Amino acid sequence: MTRDLDLLLPSPHPVELIDPTGQTVAEAAHELPDDAALLRAFAGLTTARRINDQAGALARQGRLAVYPSSHGQEACQVAAAQVLSDDDWLFPTYRDTAAVVIRGVDVAEAFLPLQGAWHSGYDPHRYKVAPQATPLATQLLHAVGVAHAARLRGEPTVALALCGDGATSEGDFHEALNFAAVFRAPVVFLVQNNQYAISVPLARQSVAPSLAHKGIGYGVPGERVDGNDVAALLTVLGAAMARARAGEGPQLVEAHTYRMQPHTNADDSRRYRQDDEVAGWVQRDPLARLETWLRQHDLLDDAQLAAVTADADQLAARMRTELAQDSTPEPAELFAHVYATPTPQLVEQAAVVADELSREDEH
Amino acid sequence: MTSTATTGTVGHEKLTMAQALNRALRESMAEDDSVVVFGEDVGALGGVFRITDGLTAEFGDTRCFDTPLAESGIVGMAVGMAMNGMRPVVEMQFDAFAYPAFEQITSHVAKMRNRTRGAVSLPMVIRIPYAGGIGGVEHHCDSSEAYYAHTPGLHVVTPANAADAHRLLRAAIASPDPVVFMEPKKLYWTKEEVDLGAELPGIGRAMVRREGTDATLIAYGPSVPVALEAAEVAAQEGRSLQVVDLRSIVPFDDETVCAAVRSTGRAVVVAEAPGFASVASEIVARVTERCFHSLAAPVRRAVGFDIPFPAPKLEHVQLPGVDRVLDAVDDLQWDLS
Repeated sequence: MTRDLDLLLPSPHPVELIDPTGQTVAEAAHELPDDAALLRAFAGLTTARRINDQAGALARQGRLAVYPSSHGQEACQVAAAQVLSDDDWLFPTYRDTAAVVIRGVDVAEAFLPLQGAWHSGYDPHRYKVAPQATPLATQLLHAVGVAHAARLRGEPTVALALCGDGATSEGDFHEALNFAAVFRAPVVFLVQNNQYAISVPLARQSVAPSLAHKGIGYGVPGERVDGNDVAALLTVLGAAMARARAGEGPQLVEAHTYRMQPHTNADDSRRYRQDDEVAGWVQRDPLARLETWLRQHDLLDDAQLAAVTADADQLAARMRTELAQDSTPEPAELFAHVYATPTPQLVEQAAVVADELSREDEH
Repeated sequence: MTSTATTGTVGHEKLTMAQALNRALRESMAEDDSVVVFGEDVGALGGVFRITDGLTAEFGDTRCFDTPLAESGIVGMAVGMAMNGMRPVVEMQFDAFAYPAFEQITSHVAKMRNRTRGAVSLPMVIRIPYAGGIGGVEHHCDSSEAYYAHTPGLHVVTPANAADAHRLLRAAIASPDPVVFMEPKKLYWTKEEVDLGAELPGIGRAMVRREGTDATLIAYGPSVPVALEAAEVAAQEGRSLQVVDLRSIVPFDDETVCAAVRSTGRAVVVAEAPGFASVASEIVARVTERCFHSLAAPVRRAVGFDIPFPAPKLEHVQLPGVDRVLDAVDDLQWDLS
């Protein structure tokens, strides 16, 4: 199937509906989300920021083994969770824990890998959230498969697959776009272009006009959006999800955002970027602009803000309590899930471990 | 090929391994709507080896379909479909052409169940035509089984005859775990009398293909006919060789293999793959660890050399044949017994 190039090209500039100062951008092509959606998004942003702050603190205290923060990218986190219906699947990366929690995954389950206890902590089928992907772009193909299976059965499921700018250089990114297009799979790809793949800047990943343009070669429409404007994200992603649900195939959305913190707490970002660059992005903060806009439109007052903040504080308190627990599984579990039924060899090896541990206990 | 069945069943029809595999796919697809077959050229063409012949015509192109030419994409999409209620059976066109899918296979197919503490199982089959003996060009003759056997979370199965091809593929498709199903392509066209209704052991069980008392040949896939032929030649020379066909590399049937080796006290492992760090090495280690006091001689290997697979005119140098097997048997310290 061929498509008109104009239908594939992203807009000349990223879609922005609320500017960094909190003013509505005159935009003919897109409508603002309704008030309720924006209020829900503001609560989500507050929650996501609080998750990042709390998890960062727990990592510094050694309560978490590691935390890749999405500070600065909360608008993407919130929009990714908010545009999903119950039937939809989310395919998150390691940096998308905030989106995972906002989607509904319990914090104790979501943070199990960050505690170093197991590689994933929740039942993906229960939440329709795939395990957070640590390799880059591999999960995009899984999203295509989940979506294609749903489509074959005539189900309304759409898969929303997240990745970063670095992942667009991986082969699986390209294979996923191509497979999704050829099979017209209901998938929306959201690239959170936070400008850095650990230390490597975007310029070393790609010289394409934008990452959204990468869809053109596969016949996948691309769109660019201000990734710190949750209103624009909700509108653009919402339209892409609706389009996929209607059977019109996949879409690629590139969100321009910024990783305000190092790659993880183990990274030193001063080795590869300047403080004034980071300071420039503070002016584009996703929370501040929506708060300004909501107050100007009389949708948020101090009391409402206090209530939203209190909810986020409550979640943070729960994180402190839950993540103080020792969640380490029994060592025997290491042998329990390799196969549906352990092989005779694994049964023997589990017995060896049990024996080793019993002798440790004696010492 | 010499006789392959010791089950005592009388063959009801003549089938090639390729036809038996096709039959298994057809039966599984008819029984279960969630079984889907896809890969490169598997649709209208029926696969380059015709294993999927007629499936699109019979079941429609949503059940058996061609994909873009990208192996990581094929396996990655299969992972997602298996996560969402399907039982994908994907075809990698040739052994070495599966390598682009290596990350998907080793990092996701193999690990999803463990990663999710049992919440997500991936009932999928990755069919890989493998090994040499067909005069194939480069990248068409690799024995890649060790890569998969080394990866916890995968079952690795390889039939050596038509009846097993049918039985084991049916079992692989029905399995809740991912199965790497390695098809010895040089045996695709071997015709045999088979009874597809016969009861055969499933995945994880080896079978004794030929009884013998002097030494045990342990083989799998394309090397089983070689081992049987070597046993036939040895018999004419007055030496009685037992032949064990692994059928399943993972899970490994220590019980059957060790019982066989203990009964003869001598063993040779026969395999096409380069011997260094191979499945054959693992078999030698396991047998030595478990049967040491029954052994009259070190366990030997008749395997491929540690070289890239040669071009067609030299492949006979690489492939272990009857002579290499019998030379290894000759080295089993007969003068000491």
